[in-house]
Amino acid sequence: MSRNGNGMQRPDFAAIAEWVRPESRVLDLGCGDGTLLKYLKRQRGIVGYGIEIDDTRILACVRNGVNVIQGDLERGLSDFGDHSFDYVILSQTLQAMKNSERIIKEMLRVGLEGIVTFPNFGYWKNRLQIARGHMPVSDNLPYEWFNTPNVHLCTIADFERFCRERRIRVVERKVLTHGKTVGVWPNLLGALAVYHFGNDV
Amino acid sequence: MDENKHIGQSVGIVTPQVAKFTEPFTFKCGAVIADYELVYETYGMLNSDHSNAVLVCHALNASHHVAGTYADDPGNVGWWDNLIGPGKPVDTNRFFVIGVNNLGGCHGSTGPKSINSGTGKPWGSQFPVVTVEDWVKSQTRLADRLGIPQFAAVMGGSLGAMQSLQWTISYPERLRHALVIACAPNLSAQNIAFNEIARQAIITDPDFHGGDYYERGVTPKRGLRVARMVGHVTYLSDDEMANKFGRQLKHGKLNYSFDTDFQIESYLRYQADKFAEYFDANTYLRITKVLDYFDPAFEHGGDLTRALAPAKAAFLVVSFTTDWRFSPERSREIVSALLDNRGDVTYAEIDAPHGHDAFLLDDERYHRLVAAYFDRIGVEVGA
Repeated sequence: MSRNGNGMQRPDFAAIAEWVRPESRVLDLGCGDGTLLKYLKRQRGIVGYGIEIDDTRILACVRNGVNVIQGDLERGLSDFGDHSFDYVILSQTLQAMKNSERIIKEMLRVGLEGIVTFPNFGYWKNRLQIARGHMPVSDNLPYEWFNTPNVHLCTIADFERFCRERRIRVVERKVLTHGKTVGVWPNLLGALAVYHFGNDV
Repeated sequence: MDENKHIGQSVGIVTPQVAKFTEPFTFKCGAVIADYELVYETYGMLNSDHSNAVLVCHALNASHHVAGTYADDPGNVGWWDNLIGPGKPVDTNRFFVIGVNNLGGCHGSTGPKSINSGTGKPWGSQFPVVTVEDWVKSQTRLADRLGIPQFAAVMGGSLGAMQSLQWTISYPERLRHALVIACAPNLSAQNIAFNEIARQAIITDPDFHGGDYYERGVTPKRGLRVARMVGHVTYLSDDEMANKFGRQLKHGKLNYSFDTDFQIESYLRYQADKFAEYFDANTYLRITKVLDYFDPAFEHGGDLTRALAPAKAAFLVVSFTTDWRFSPERSREIVSALLDNRGDVTYAEIDAPHGHDAFLLDDERYHRLVAAYFDRIGVEVGA
C-alpha cells in the first residue's frame, strides 16, 4: 500500500531513519498507511503522528498502530504549534501539493527540521522519455499524464535553487536509484531525492 | 473476520442489574446524598485479569440499555446495538462491555423521580444539579464494585464522549483508551441557547410546579415536547432533513390551519409525543445543565492543553462533517490539545450526511474504524 508502488520497504525510508535522532518527535505529512512512522517507531523509538486525508489510509494507520490525524495538507498545519516537532517529513508528496512553497514553509514553522523526498524529474530515464516525445512513466512516477496527482514535479537542481533563494539550509542530501546511493551526476543519474533541511541560522 | 463488514450478532436478551451504594455521595455543587442506586447492563465476560472491560457512557436521552433486547419487550433494542455485540466493532466475544444509567437519570438510577430515603417523597426539585464530573465519579464506584481497576476503554458519543474525556482527566490511571465521538470541549453560546429554550419550555409549563409535579399526578408534557423538538432539530443536518422530508405535505394539500401541513411537523410531533411519554422533565433539565457546565479548560484559564495534561489514555477522536451541533472544528480543538501534550491520538473526520446523530447510525467507514481501533485495544490487553 505504499504510495508509489515500490512495495512495503520504500528506499527512502532507510535514508530517513538514518537521519532521525532516537526518541525524537516526528510529524509525517501524507503518511499513507503509516508504514514510515511504524518503521521509525521500531528503529528509532520516535513519538510520531501522521496526517492523512484518505479514509482507507486512516484505517490502515489504525491497523498499523500509528497515530494519525485526518486532515488536508492543502489547508496548512494550523492545528500544530510553532516548532512543536523535531522533524516534519513530506515523503513523496511534495510533487502532488497545489502549493508546494507554502507546505515547505509550514514544515519549517512546525518542525525544527524538515525531510522531503521527491522523484527527480531530471533523472536520465525521464529525460529520455521526454526526448522521445512522451511524459515519463516509471517506478517513481507511476502515473500517466491524464491520471497523475503530480502537479509540481521538479529536478534536484530546481529544488536546490529553491532552497538557496529562500535561505533554506540543506543539512544532508541523499540521491537514490533502485535503492542504491548515487554519487556522481545526481541530477542525471538519481531517480529519487531525499533532503534534510532546516532554517538558515 | 471479513474486514469490510461487521454484521455480527445481537447480544440477545439482557437483564438490567442494580448496584446500591450506601456511602454518601458529594456532588460538585456541594450537595450530598446518603445513598443511591445505579442501573447497569453488561455484555460479554470479564477476563481473568480484569483487563477487557469497556465502559459505554450515554448521551442526553439514552440509558444503560446499550445493546440487546429484553425478554418482555423484544422491540426495545439497545441504543448502540449496531456497534456492540458478538462479531460487531466492539466485539463482546472479546470485551466485557458495561452500560450504566447516570445519576439524575430517569431509567432506574437514582434521580429526581426516585424516592428520597430521607423524606420518603420523590426528590423532585431537591435533586442536585449534576455535572459530568459527578457522573464519572459515580461510575468509578460501579467499576470498583465490578472489580475493574482499569478499563480497556471508556467510550461515548456527544455527552457520552464528554464523560470519556473527563475520565482521562479525573482518573487517568483507570483507562487505557478513550473514544471521544462527536464531542466538543465545551458548549458554544448557540448550544447553550438551544438548551435554554428547552429548559424554558419545561419550566414555564403550568404542570411543572417548580419541579415537584410527581405527587400532583401531572407531568409537564407540553414543555417536554417542545424541548425535545428543539433538541431533535439540532441533531439532524439541514441536508438530512431536506432528503428525508423536504417540503412533503402530510395530506397532499395545504390546510390553511395550524394542524400539520408538512411531514416534518408530523415527524417532530410524533418524536415529541414519544419522548414525553417516557422521559422525565426534571432529568431533562439537569442533563441540559450537565452539558452547559462541561468545560474542563475553565479551571485552567481556558487552556484545554493544561486541562488535558493529566490524561494518560490513548485517544480515538471522531467527528462527522455535517454535525453542526458539535462540529469537526470542536473535535480538532481537543486533538490539538492532545498533540500539545504529546499524547497518543488518532483523529478521523467521517464524511457522513446525518449531522450530530451520525454517531448512532450505521456508517461503514465509521464502524470499520471503531472495529480496527478495538482490535488494537484487544491485542494490547490480551482480549
